[in-house]
Amino acid sequence: MDPIRESLLKKSKASKLEMRGKIITYFCIGLIVAIVLAIFYFVASKGLATFFTDKVSIKDFLLGKSWNPGTLDKSGKPEVGALPMISGSFFVTFLSALIATPFAIGTAIFMVEISPNKGSRILQPVTELLVGIPSVVYGFIGLSVVVPFVRSIFGGTGFGILSGTFVLFVMILPTVTSMTVDTLKSVPRYYREASLALGATRWQTIYKVILRAATPGIMTAVVFGMARAFGEALAVQMVIGNASLMPSSLITPSSTLTSILTMGIGNTVMGSLENNALWSLALILLLMSLFFNMVVRVIGKRGALK
Amino acid sequence: MMRKGPLVLVGGILTVMLLVLSGCETQSSSGKSITIVGSTALQPLVEAAGEQYGTENVGVFVNVQGGGSGTGLSQVQEKAVSIGNSDVFAEEKKGIDASKLVDHQVGVVGITPVVNKDVGVKNVSKKQLIAIFTGKLTNWKQLGGEDLPIVLLNRATGSGTRLTFEKWGLDGQQSKDAQEQDSTGMVRQIVGSTPGAISYMAFSYVDKTVDSLSVDNVKPTESNVASNKWKIWSYEHMYTNGAPTGLTKQFLDYMTSDKIQKQVVSKLGYIPTTQMEVKRSVDGKIIAIKKGM
Repeated sequence: MDPIRESLLKKSKASKLEMRGKIITYFCIGLIVAIVLAIFYFVASKGLATFFTDKVSIKDFLLGKSWNPGTLDKSGKPEVGALPMISGSFFVTFLSALIATPFAIGTAIFMVEISPNKGSRILQPVTELLVGIPSVVYGFIGLSVVVPFVRSIFGGTGFGILSGTFVLFVMILPTVTSMTVDTLKSVPRYYREASLALGATRWQTIYKVILRAATPGIMTAVVFGMARAFGEALAVQMVIGNASLMPSSLITPSSTLTSILTMGIGNTVMGSLENNALWSLALILLLMSLFFNMVVRVIGKRGALK
Repeated sequence: MMRKGPLVLVGGILTVMLLVLSGCETQSSSGKSITIVGSTALQPLVEAAGEQYGTENVGVFVNVQGGGSGTGLSQVQEKAVSIGNSDVFAEEKKGIDASKLVDHQVGVVGITPVVNKDVGVKNVSKKQLIAIFTGKLTNWKQLGGEDLPIVLLNRATGSGTRLTFEKWGLDGQQSKDAQEQDSTGMVRQIVGSTPGAISYMAFSYVDKTVDSLSVDNVKPTESNVASNKWKIWSYEHMYTNGAPTGLTKQFLDYMTSDKIQKQVVSKLGYIPTTQMEVKRSVDGKIIAIKKGM
């Protein structure tokens, strides 16, 4: 009796192992959550100091057009208008997503529907290669190829939103393409079969059935691409010109949040207004990526296949 | 036993991390290394000297990092590093309590306006230079050059090179908002390839892809800097928090020794402080140095 009773009451080896596994996974999750919270706390405390410690009004910060944190304007307030950078970031992000989306959808349709064989043999490795190229290489190509090209075709110095858009277009294309491919692949086979059985041509099937069914997925892909474009620093910084001026056209030098941030942070002193203002830019970046993530979630929930 | 695989792996990774972390611990507490952070303009010089110092004194490690003058000054103020490199006087940087920092000047760097090779202008007056950078002159034609629009290119706000150029080249006026780049290498690349571009950089960076400009017919040369005929130059500072002690002091002595000053400093395009015929104080007063003192 006793040995059996004992073995029933004692934890088995398997359950001990499970316990250990649970502890390790919880520890890992806890660590990641703690890191995320710590980053949020740090960026927020630094970024909000501009408004609370240095008494800059949020309106002046978001809508001001003159960025020169070291100097005071006529009314004695520091010049920390971030609108030029905010608009620059949004312009390059939306424009590059606008150009990249049709290309990505076209490539994905070819890879999944039209020629899956060639698609997986040639296009798949090519897009994967594009993902793997470091952003500094994109920036350097942008500087030595795209900028002179834009200068000779459109005039100006070649530095500006247009060059930034071209570089970002190539950078986000593989991200959007590969995610679109996954979405198209996940459209159930019987949708295609039913459509073809009803007498629809291949084009009608693609256009009216597959793309419609995959719309939420494609939108998610585009938002992910935009998130990447919004956060890209180095490559954009090399081609956009980094002038903290309101963009008056696509070919005049302008700036993005990331480019001003990376350029300025080493030249400012921790705790000074110049430094805090840069952290406020970082806070905007963080909130924007949070926003992009939320958009992805909403699309995923609303647009799930019924 | 298969199920233990991942566990062993996780355990292994944790052990390795612990070992690495504890490794860092022992290295920094042994006192045989110093960390120097700051100005990217000064970085190559300190790196070269640090490397040489490390080979001459076995077991000593001089860790040199960039980050910018602002980073250098704020890190040394917080005592996070032994030495903070800066292109500007600590007094000139906002948010720095200069009274606690001790200045060690290890060299002088001259800064010159540079232009794209096609502008057709070799000399400008100080007045014209200011007019260019404040946006009053917009075409090289107005200066007797080609019919090309002037494209301004600045270093990032707060950069030591920019501060020095605005203070001594533009008589304290601020440059108009224009394109900005955060490194001299990028500035050179862009000036070299953009028609009508003008910017400024340290002498050591000027090469055949760009043209340097004379100002008021004074050529940007080392001897003109030494005699203060060429006004746009600055000291390279290495700041310590309080008087330096131990290894930090030894390394600073090494930096200012004849060996480094005579060989490394001029080879890398800086001007040794000993060659200067004048001394300039924080507020810009010029004092002639009598030779043989």
